[in-house]
Amino acid sequence: MKSKTVKIDALARVEGEGGLTVKIAGGNVTDVKFTLYEPPRFFEAFLRGRLYAEAPDITARICGICPVAYQMSSVHAMEHAFGVTVDGPLRALRRLLYCGEWIESHALHVYLLHAPDFLGYEDALRMAKDHGPVVRQALTLKKIGNDIVTLIGGREIHPINVRVGGFYRLPTKQELQGLVERLKWAVDASLQMVTFTAQLPFPDFERDYEFVSLRHEKEYPFNEGRIVSNKGLNITVPEYEQFFTEEHVAHSTALHSVIRDRGPYLVGPLARFNLNFDLLTPTAQEAARAAGVVRGVRNPFKSIIVRSVETLYACEEALRIIKAYEPPERPFVDIEPRVGVGYGATEAPRGMLYHRYTLNDAGLIQDAKIVPPTSQNQKTIEQDLREFVPPRIALSPKKLTWQCEQAVRNYDPCISCSTHFLRLQFDR
Amino acid sequence: MPPKRKPKLAVWKFSSCDGCQLSLLDCEDELLAVASHVEIAYFLEATRAVTKGPYDISLVEGSITTPHDAERIHQVRRQSRTLITIGACATAGGIQALRNFRDVRQFISAVYANPKYIETLNKSTPIADHVFVDFELRGCPVSKYQLVEVVNAFLNGRKPNTPSYAVCVECKRRGITCGLVAHGPTCLGPVTQAGCNALCPSYHRGCFGCFGPKETPNTSSLAGSWIGLGVREDELVRLFRGFNAYAEAFRKESEAHEK
Repeated sequence: MKSKTVKIDALARVEGEGGLTVKIAGGNVTDVKFTLYEPPRFFEAFLRGRLYAEAPDITARICGICPVAYQMSSVHAMEHAFGVTVDGPLRALRRLLYCGEWIESHALHVYLLHAPDFLGYEDALRMAKDHGPVVRQALTLKKIGNDIVTLIGGREIHPINVRVGGFYRLPTKQELQGLVERLKWAVDASLQMVTFTAQLPFPDFERDYEFVSLRHEKEYPFNEGRIVSNKGLNITVPEYEQFFTEEHVAHSTALHSVIRDRGPYLVGPLARFNLNFDLLTPTAQEAARAAGVVRGVRNPFKSIIVRSVETLYACEEALRIIKAYEPPERPFVDIEPRVGVGYGATEAPRGMLYHRYTLNDAGLIQDAKIVPPTSQNQKTIEQDLREFVPPRIALSPKKLTWQCEQAVRNYDPCISCSTHFLRLQFDR
Repeated sequence: MPPKRKPKLAVWKFSSCDGCQLSLLDCEDELLAVASHVEIAYFLEATRAVTKGPYDISLVEGSITTPHDAERIHQVRRQSRTLITIGACATAGGIQALRNFRDVRQFISAVYANPKYIETLNKSTPIADHVFVDFELRGCPVSKYQLVEVVNAFLNGRKPNTPSYAVCVECKRRGITCGLVAHGPTCLGPVTQAGCNALCPSYHRGCFGCFGPKETPNTSSLAGSWIGLGVREDELVRLFRGFNAYAEAFRKESEAHEK
């Protein structure tokens, strides 16, 4: 009986620290562990006793790649607790800010972190030697995303302009106008991005996933909606913990999420796309069809095409918002703290991000719960590998290792994100 | 004459959010140029290719929070000719240093169902508490312009041009109305090191100290003025306990008001 182990001590081109162990014996995969060993940082613990208004700035520090997502889920949860609704141009600006983060994060992942796998390069800088124009275009696209975040948020990493109730300062019409020409270029560039990714070689691999994402009646989801799945789930955000639960396993510093009595599920671009295809712009729908991805796509490697389609959508949506923008009278609505529990879920680039806060009458946080997308995908990543590896067992260890890495990168895992980090003992 | 060897650059991560090393990838206009002047020898967030040390420049992100990392930082130091820490975690312990003011065991049981799986140190500490650091770059996150400046300076054997004066200087230079006077007292600008170009004041909010204490900060004078203007002690403690809570000047000031 031949047995071997694929072992990656430190995964590259992911955010944060994680490894992978796949054990193979007698032609079968006997064990898969996607190991997150990022040190624990205890955000939920030290949020206790902090003021509600500090949550967007503190939780942003969970992740340098998607700080806007943390800011958005936290402000929505706080506003929910205090019974405040932020709508009109303030709501639109939040959506625009999110567009910026999606463009920046997706361009980073598609071109700099994931595409090199498909083309056999160890990184984008090496890829740039043969595909210079593609990489330069990617960097420009990424920069446009970052520039949206910088204009509205103040800076690209850990923006400072988001507050519960709105913003500290509003951008002027003129400032936003400055983005229009570049966004028009970005629409073309992301169309090319869809074409480019569609031509990549895809492994033959599909699974029957339960896709979970937000669903809003009129918009492709960013900031609000019901939580739905392709297997009949349809709940409000405050019902999340009745239907989902987290397990603490020894090999991960992030808790594993499952749907109660049902098991693992998938969040992220593939889930959003499959559950909200009808809400994409006509251009994005058309580009997706031309690229061979339609509602129901189940090959996780094709998430790279879907990320490109979402980038295109975000560029078009940003243009639409800028065109319609009329600055409101005030940059924020007033907040009056009160005792309560607030729930918020928004769509981070990597998938749904859930926050829950319990507050006292002074607006101090008594209890916090944060469920980031990567901890929700951990079990699904492991299951993918259980099925992905057996037909490929004959590959050389080097090749098999690289393909396993690529399969993990399908999820754009953000390990720094997974909050509940601990470090554990495991056998080496 | 043989071609000159490109200097080897390594990027290391400890306990952090990845944002400071991402700043390097956010240098969209400079990235390919920087990559043509240095060999990116170890940078896991960007590449799976790893070149063995020693390294000419090591950029270190994150704080030390586990026994394993307390060992690992010595290995990094041994392989590095120049070691530069980037960001508030690496230079002051970061936001996770809020544990330093409480009992970490309570934190563990608040987050994890099985505390026995967890191995963590009682305190989150900056890199300089463990090894010699050649240069500390401040910020939560660092400024990408300062990051390029620092790497450039070390590659060319000169001192980095990064100011150690207060955010107030940047504010005055930009002609921004003083928020401390106009909007309300809680601005950390007078005691916080510059580097953000007075970002928060330019967005009509008070500075919250991303770049840590300036050189010779008079925190007690500022705290005294705040109290005179009606700021409560518990608010004051929270203000000094942000992303640089464990930086000495901010730590002492917050502890002085905690009772």
